[in-house]
Amino acid sequence: MTRSRSAGEIILITLAVTLALFVLVVPLVLIFSFALREGLGVYFANIIEPNTLHAIWLSVMTALIVVPVNIVVGAALAWLVTRFRFRGRQLLISIIELPASMSPIVAGVVYLFLYGGQGLLGPFLQANSLQVMFTPLAIVLVSLFVTAPFAARELIPLMSQQGTEDEEAALSLGANGWQMFWYVTLPNISWAMVYGAVLTNARVMGEFGAVSVVSGAIRGQTNTLPLQINLLFNDFNVTGAFAAASTLTLIAVATLVLKSILESRRHG
Amino acid sequence: MNKLLLSAAAALALVATPALAQPTDLLNASYDIARELFDEENAAFIPAYQAANGVAVTINQSHAGTSTQARAILEGLPADVVTFNQVTDIEKLVEGGFVSADWQSEFANSASPFYSLPAFLVRAGNPKGISDWGDLARDDVSVIFPNPKTSGNARYTYLAARAWANEEFAGDEAKVVEYLTKVFLNVPVFETGGRGATTAFAERGLGDVLITFEAEVLSAVSLLGADKYESVVPSVSLLAEFPVAIVDKVVDSRGSRDLAKAYLDFLYSDDGQRIAAGRNHRVNNETVAAEFADRFPEVRLVNVDEAFGGWAKVSEEHFAEGGLLDQVFVNQ
Repeated sequence: MTRSRSAGEIILITLAVTLALFVLVVPLVLIFSFALREGLGVYFANIIEPNTLHAIWLSVMTALIVVPVNIVVGAALAWLVTRFRFRGRQLLISIIELPASMSPIVAGVVYLFLYGGQGLLGPFLQANSLQVMFTPLAIVLVSLFVTAPFAARELIPLMSQQGTEDEEAALSLGANGWQMFWYVTLPNISWAMVYGAVLTNARVMGEFGAVSVVSGAIRGQTNTLPLQINLLFNDFNVTGAFAAASTLTLIAVATLVLKSILESRRHG
Repeated sequence: MNKLLLSAAAALALVATPALAQPTDLLNASYDIARELFDEENAAFIPAYQAANGVAVTINQSHAGTSTQARAILEGLPADVVTFNQVTDIEKLVEGGFVSADWQSEFANSASPFYSLPAFLVRAGNPKGISDWGDLARDDVSVIFPNPKTSGNARYTYLAARAWANEEFAGDEAKVVEYLTKVFLNVPVFETGGRGATTAFAERGLGDVLITFEAEVLSAVSLLGADKYESVVPSVSLLAEFPVAIVDKVVDSRGSRDLAKAYLDFLYSDDGQRIAAGRNHRVNNETVAAEFADRFPEVRLVNVDEAFGGWAKVSEEHFAEGGLLDQVFVNQ
């Protein structure tokens, strides 16, 4: 059965497709075409350039630390605010949300004012020869802060919707707290946790503003992938910048593919 | 188990006691577009230092806008040396007690191992015949430089144009203001930084002339093609220094002063100067300057201290809200 489309429909479809093309598809294609425009050899040479390679490593390591921590913390927070009623609960939910609604640059500056040489803890840290700012530790800290809400945000709506019946049933059947968590709660929320991990990972990898304040941009030490892209771009090294950008894009794509695989397994 | 404890204790001891030997690494905090220049300088410095001292050293680089760098050092970025493109940002370190007040006398040429000046990039064949600052006020000339409110680069451009106008109109302030106002009205769009201005000129095809540091102009010509662009050096321009300093507070706590000094001294050596000149910076070393004479045309330079009474005065008189810049920057 075919039906001729009205002029309005055609215009709307054309608009949507054009928009999608120029807002999403063309920029993505451009990343790779710029990265590859001088050939595969130059592309790989740009990627294995020691400082770019280190930036990739640093970004991946940061994500490997931050994602698990924030998933566990997010699950604990979500558990707290959905399973218990207490004074200040709404306030806590708002505080959890705060880092996500704040500009990342504020997060960076706040950490600088806390741990920096002129900050609150700065003199104490310096007196003990401890360096926090401008080290990978600072990058991990701000990344933890900026992505703190992502897992909890996925889990809180799900867990409050699911309610506590399953868990109460488990307890009444003689399960202890850990058994209840492993066999009842976790399977129910695992999917939301994966989704939280994907979001957290994407943000950690891509975070520029907060990291740029606390990183010190030391090449081969504290330059994350987005900072390295910025550096190469400012150097007029467009091919290098896009090669680095393509790895960031590929990591994002890989994350999404991983998510889809997990999703299909779950439904399959 | 004992072994493990011992090595853990040894590791702790290493962390806890400040190293007695000189550190063999150095952190150079530099401006944002100096990456390739210092890659080359470092690659030459390391073997030279090893030959002289028998020690292999590592030079780490940090690149960002120099105001960002100054701020980071004040907050604890352990940079042993700074190689900046703005004198004012080293002054911030002096105020913070990180750099000694007489830093400009510690190295030659006011601690500026190389220098540059605002110059012009025009389209090949110079179709509009732009040769000096006066041409920028012509009705048929469209000019590109970034916003002096946000870009240090454009502040040099503004001051260089004013220095030329002060001489041209023999200090007649009304004529100077009229000239500068015309120049600013000839700018179709003010980008926030030098990079954006170059993109507007080269990739978007805006304007007949781009004004930026000569080092950038020459790099742009070799990068974008001598068949498309050429450089023009005006009759007079403003000295743009690339100041360097040892960060006393850091080198004293790390014990890295000798290495830091050797590193900055190297920038003044024949080899160091040759690398800077090869990257389109003018140098004071006569041997090297002679080798690169055909790259850098003769130009008369004025400096901020003589022409405008120093950077502190300039900030107050020209760039403060409601200052002299605002008088001529009517289309901001």
